[in-house]
Amino acid sequence: MEFTRRDTLAMGLGAAVLSMVPFRASAAVDAAVEAFTGGAAMADTGIDLTAPEIAENGNTVPIEVSAPGATAIMVLAAGNPTPGVATFNFGPLAGSQSASTRIRLAGTQDVVAIAKMADGSFARASSTVKVTIGGCGG
Amino acid sequence: MAASALVGASGFGNWARLAAQQALTQDQLLQFDTYGNISLIHITDIHAQLKPIYFREPEINLGVGTNKGQVPHVTGADFRKLYGIADGSPSAYALTHDDFAALARGYGRVGGLDRMSTVINAIRADRPDALLLDGGDTWHGSMTCYKTAGQDMVNVMNALKPDAMTFHWEFTLGSERVNEIVEGLPFAALGQNIFDAEWDEPAELFKPYKFFERGGAKVAVIGQAFPYMPIANPGWMFPEYSFGIRDEHMQEMVDEVRGMGADLVVCLSHNGFDVDKKMAGVVKGIDVILSGHTHDALPEPVQVGSTFIIASGSNGKFVSRVDLDVRDGQMMGLRHKLIPVFSDVIAPDPAVTRLIDDQRAPFKSELEEVIGQTDSLLYRRGNFNGTWDDLICDALISEREADIAMSPGVRWGPSILPGQDITREDIFNVTSMTYGQAYRTEMTGEFIKVVLEDVGDNLFNPDPYYQQGGDMVRVGGLGFRIDISKPQGERFSEMTLLKTGEAIDPAKSYVVAGWASVNEGTEGPQIWDVVESHIRKQGTVSVTPNTSVKVVGA
Repeated sequence: MEFTRRDTLAMGLGAAVLSMVPFRASAAVDAAVEAFTGGAAMADTGIDLTAPEIAENGNTVPIEVSAPGATAIMVLAAGNPTPGVATFNFGPLAGSQSASTRIRLAGTQDVVAIAKMADGSFARASSTVKVTIGGCGG
Repeated sequence: MAASALVGASGFGNWARLAAQQALTQDQLLQFDTYGNISLIHITDIHAQLKPIYFREPEINLGVGTNKGQVPHVTGADFRKLYGIADGSPSAYALTHDDFAALARGYGRVGGLDRMSTVINAIRADRPDALLLDGGDTWHGSMTCYKTAGQDMVNVMNALKPDAMTFHWEFTLGSERVNEIVEGLPFAALGQNIFDAEWDEPAELFKPYKFFERGGAKVAVIGQAFPYMPIANPGWMFPEYSFGIRDEHMQEMVDEVRGMGADLVVCLSHNGFDVDKKMAGVVKGIDVILSGHTHDALPEPVQVGSTFIIASGSNGKFVSRVDLDVRDGQMMGLRHKLIPVFSDVIAPDPAVTRLIDDQRAPFKSELEEVIGQTDSLLYRRGNFNGTWDDLICDALISEREADIAMSPGVRWGPSILPGQDITREDIFNVTSMTYGQAYRTEMTGEFIKVVLEDVGDNLFNPDPYYQQGGDMVRVGGLGFRIDISKPQGERFSEMTLLKTGEAIDPAKSYVVAGWASVNEGTEGPQIWDVVESHIRKQGTVSVTPNTSVKVVGA
């Protein structure tokens, strides 16, 4: 069978776009967010959160946050008994506004990162990390 | 798919017509009008099957979310209709499950690395600089592979002269052995997602990509190893390595090779088909994904945006040839054929046959010893228990005196026809692994449900990035109902202990026998010894149809 660039365009099959249903945040998460943002609205761009889809080891999950222009980034593990993970503060001399660390996750949950920008606005990103008992690799 | 199927009917019809004439010849199987300026040869998931085998494709392969009803989640008559394949034709035998035993008697075995070598040599005769790319799961899956820690496969594959390879089960040889082999490989060992676990940086031994100059173009091949190795397989065997999909790093690599002048970007992937489909929509700039892991064989590429995904089956059953027209830094067109390796039609390459026989010689009498016979077709592939799995679960329950048996939902393992002998080699072909100890333990009813829900979500999570690419764990002695449309925790119900017919009590403990635990220090006899002992006692095995799994929501 053959495909040409023209066929390619003609078919125009779209990419699958999937979204996860966000996990219900606990009261502790709401309180931490409220304390950090003062209830301000949060943009969903301007911050990148990199986390594995499935944790290789729930006891030490590598994550990375990056928000150019941020003065602080707060990280929450929304499903942990104590959701607070870290707040990274960036001074005016910081070369880049990014940080990476490893966190412990009690189970499958959302990791949430919120950046406070220099102009006082906020941006939010979240990622579901699955913690599984593992087993069957095809 | 509609447009694609239309094009495919013409490309595939030629092969189907041969069926009517009952005149399948090697020349016709290999027939291909060389196209463009670059050829890729894709082989994947051979699982150490050096010799021809039978392999029945799945009857049940359910897609979820946006992949519901999409290939490769189409089987049997629906699959034949989609691709215009006649019932009873060679392509029906190669690609679908119905009438398998009868068609197998007519069309014979498939695969064998000496036959694959003939196919590869024929393509190289047309295009001497064709790239041979191995998608991995090569150094695992047979008795000789187990006993030589992968050396038999390394020796024979080296004779086929691949240009690059990526990995999955190879790592279950243990990182020390994998490192040893990879350091001596005469071709590229690729994996952009193989990271050093301690530093979370790309592993030094495995390069993310390799450039090849072919047909006046620069071809970049980026490797993508199986993302969930330490989760789906025992991470303690290769603790220095970390994996993951890492699509943001994949994008960096694509941008990097494009920046270095790549005219064509090929991803040699062990992601599994649905993960590749999603990744093709997330990562921009990949022209072709050669897809492995989920063992799907598709006679046509699947297109996502301007990326073409090629799925080349498993167990040595197929070789994909992809010819490309690449000009001015762009892929202008593609011609593809999924070549079925009919072992009785394609002549073996005698040099490779000799090499295979050399690898097998030290184990010949062990391999060939007949353990019993079967009255039933024995197969594994499918989302739920196959007959091989039922037999293995029966062996676990009876040999290990258990209430319930669990057997991993792996997708490898050839089939055995009714009336055939079962040799020791056949048993190893469906059980061989470096962590095959058959454990015996107690689990509460509640924990058994947790296990089922966990594995179920690895298969039926609507987001492919949360799927691991195995099938459902096989169970013996236990019945259940699964609603695949529900979220984790709600899929399984009506769990029943088959020997009493009673509902599983969450608080009660049950004796569970299983194998292939990912936990370090698992104790018990090797699973192939358990199965051999059981088959010996039976003499001739008969597997009755399994009616204890009820599937809804599909």
